[in-house]
Amino acid sequence: MKFAIQINTSPYQTNAGYTAYQFIQAAISQGHEVFRVFFYHDGIYHAFKYATPPDDEIPFAAQWSELSRQHQLDLVVCISAAQRRGLLYFDEAGRQGKVDNDLAEGFRISGLGQLVEATLAADRFIVFG
Amino acid sequence: MKKYLFVLRKPPHSGAFVQEMLDIILTTAAFDQKLALLLLDDGVFQLKQGQNPESLGMKDTASIFKALEIYDVHDIYTEVESLQERGLKPVDLCLPVREFYRKDIAGLMKQYDVVFAG
Repeated sequence: MKFAIQINTSPYQTNAGYTAYQFIQAAISQGHEVFRVFFYHDGIYHAFKYATPPDDEIPFAAQWSELSRQHQLDLVVCISAAQRRGLLYFDEAGRQGKVDNDLAEGFRISGLGQLVEATLAADRFIVFG
Repeated sequence: MKKYLFVLRKPPHSGAFVQEMLDIILTTAAFDQKLALLLLDDGVFQLKQGQNPESLGMKDTASIFKALEIYDVHDIYTEVESLQERGLKPVDLCLPVREFYRKDIAGLMKQYDVVFAG
């Protein structure tokens, strides 16, 4: 089965993002396809490269990067939700006259059209958070 | 084409959540998909008449709902019990809505391909 996933809450607001992470791992390990993971609302906080939790805590952004690398997972961060909260990729920062490069490895920035496309392509669409 | 039911359950002006949900709804409509909105629980307050959120630094999201008509979104549903529990009547809302009883909500959801939690 083909899944599309949306994540709406930040790592330290609820554990919904980590639940989604575990769901995706389980789905892939059972032979399902995850078409896209879309980070929206405060979910975009999963994509901050410089999040630096203490060593005994889960490094969420780094784990997403690793999952993306292992399974060529398409991790998309909504551009408007991201900019509103100060997460800028270097090219967008340049266009805004700012210097910044916050996006963790394996994520990409795009628009809401990518979310609608994912809901159209998937057999099941699940919102976490 | 798919049929989308956006289930809105949060009150307005609790952060930018409703404003950002409306962006998804407008984008889905721009993709020429068939969609309807269902206001449940505190979501019914999103259409309450007489909001003045700008004084709190929030967007007037109720006026964005009124713009949905331009995108051919005419189907706005709500739940009888959600309104009653909050002392509201359909006339207290700024747009015409169709009411469903709680017992019929599951049947309504079954008619849609995507039930979008928002």
